[in-house]
Amino acid sequence: MPRPLSAPLDVGFDYTRSTGPTLGRFLSDLRRRKVTGIRGADGRVHVPPLEYDPVTAQRLTEFVDVASTGVVRGWSWIPEPLEGQPLDRPFAWALIQLDGADTSLLHAVDAGSPDRISTGARVRVRWRGDRVGAITDIECFELSDGPGDEPVEADDVTMVTTPVHLHYTHTASPTEDPFLRGLMEGRLLAQRCPACEKVYFPPRPACPTDGVPTTDAVELSDRGTITTFCVVNVPFLGQRIPPPYVSAYVLLDGADIPFLHLLLGVAPEDVRMGMRVEAVWKPREEWGPTMQNIDHFKPSGEPDAPFDSYSQHL
Amino acid sequence: MRDVAVVGFAQTPCVRETDGTTNGVEMLVPIFHEVLGGLGLTKSDIGFWCSGSSDYLAGRAFSFVSAVDAIGAFPPIMESHVEMDAAWALYEAWVKLQCGEVDTALVYGFGKSSAGQLRRVMAMQLDPYVVTPLWPDSLGLAGIQARMGIEDGLWSERAMAEVAARSRAAAMSNPLAQLSGPVSPEDLLDEPYVADPLRRHDCAPITDGASTVVLAAGDRARELCERPAWITGFEHRVDSPSFGTRDLTASPSAVAAGKAAGADGVEVAELHAPFTHQELLLSQALGLGDITVNPSGGVLAGNPMFTAGLSRIGEAARRVHDGTASKVLGHATSGPLLQQNLVCVMEGRD
Ligand SMILES: [Zn+2]
Repeated sequence: MPRPLSAPLDVGFDYTRSTGPTLGRFLSDLRRRKVTGIRGADGRVHVPPLEYDPVTAQRLTEFVDVASTGVVRGWSWIPEPLEGQPLDRPFAWALIQLDGADTSLLHAVDAGSPDRISTGARVRVRWRGDRVGAITDIECFELSDGPGDEPVEADDVTMVTTPVHLHYTHTASPTEDPFLRGLMEGRLLAQRCPACEKVYFPPRPACPTDGVPTTDAVELSDRGTITTFCVVNVPFLGQRIPPPYVSAYVLLDGADIPFLHLLLGVAPEDVRMGMRVEAVWKPREEWGPTMQNIDHFKPSGEPDAPFDSYSQHL
Repeated sequence: MRDVAVVGFAQTPCVRETDGTTNGVEMLVPIFHEVLGGLGLTKSDIGFWCSGSSDYLAGRAFSFVSAVDAIGAFPPIMESHVEMDAAWALYEAWVKLQCGEVDTALVYGFGKSSAGQLRRVMAMQLDPYVVTPLWPDSLGLAGIQARMGIEDGLWSERAMAEVAARSRAAAMSNPLAQLSGPVSPEDLLDEPYVADPLRRHDCAPITDGASTVVLAAGDRARELCERPAWITGFEHRVDSPSFGTRDLTASPSAVAAGKAAGADGVEVAELHAPFTHQELLLSQALGLGDITVNPSGGVLAGNPMFTAGLSRIGEAARRVHDGTASKVLGHATSGPLLQQNLVCVMEGRD
């Protein structure tokens, strides 16, 4: 059996968070080329500042200025940096204790090669030119026993945005695979559960009632019945059709589970439960392994299906 | 307290890559069949279901809801989920049994790490303001911890290689292991660094897999299992997520969890240590001395994310079930650099 269909799946989003008073102060100060810590219940100065003491859980409020120079307390060497990391050439991750701090900050050290860095090495912040109030305003640390840069003026920040991009290979299940391959040929292949004999379209890796993989392929026609529907009146980001339009659950003849698709060719006020519909396919050259091969459904003109014929499939 | 025991355990083979979906259904269906069949149970005999998994690992929202298809959840079941290793789902199930609401529970976890880039996905568990934006990778962070211990004289690259060699030798008796076979520490030390001071053998492999454990209370456990692994201590503790404030060469949370769970006198321990130095650190923190650690090979021989900790408890329980040990310990960790530690101590009663 060939391996199931798979495709790249890139997930991306901008996490946008309010900073609050403690991290807001720290991030605003980074924008000013300044590093600020906070005094813990035991007198230790934490950098980055903590909102609550890690031992007593007491709220912390006493900010302490620390230097932008410090010492490496521990490190590892990254010969092949990954996407998003501070440097795109080999570098060291390091825990850095800034002068005036009692705890360590994680960041990258641009050391060139692993034999140039050691625990105890002196480092200083290399500031980014275009600072926004984020931990990445520190471009990295560099090996130096010189002084830090002078602070500059900048406005406070109250929000921080972190873009996240993750990359996956999404694989279809062994039961979804023939369904997707069928779509490429304009065929609608469902799967029947060997235990309850329900026909699933689209198929699932296992029957959700019986917990067993479906085993029998069943080919369905592209005609069915509207079990329920909604009229979309609200515009939203990424909408492809101007509202109002109808999203409808279509129960293909021979299937036990309806699926959501677009219904066109009928005024929203004329759509009814039980209405008979047929698929309108895109041109064959546009077909792929997707339900979007069906552009939409339209009324077939047949008499409505009686309620009893779909009442168990709502 | 109610007497509650681990009565069943099943796991998939640990493999580098499976063909299935990231919601784990294909991996879970056969092990549910195996564990329930072995106990003579059907799904309707299970009072509570609880799972552990991660949507970031799966690359899709609510992957744990899709996973419920593997159960066949009709008529409706009582079900819960933790976005953690399933060892914490086992803890939730144990509490449920303690409450007396149910007499049986089935716990499962799954992870298809091969779908994404595990080293980057793991950055999503870090502080979202001051750490995640740097995209620290899991190997790089563990490398810092390893070096701190080396420079403090707590372990050495040689001792770390010996842990890897011992794990792979032990895994030769584990047909489900991903990495096994005789290797010499000398040969391992000839390999290049992947995150100096870590070499490939110091890091658990990337693994797809799933596992499941069945709990039962009192007489129900005695009916189902000839020698139940009675849970005599079950504790978890947490250190600060701000790892720059921690002494990374020690694990106060592991020490506290081990003490509270009564780790003294265990004969076998299965430790969830994704890096060789962490096995040395945990053995020390739990006061294990020279007892048998990770007879299955541990996670260095196969590391199905979000269920590897549950598997440690299952593997430990198996030593009670088969009569080779009378007091065992299963450990699980979560969060960066051993931030959270869970200890489950189990005993056989003759
Ligand atoms: Zn079924």
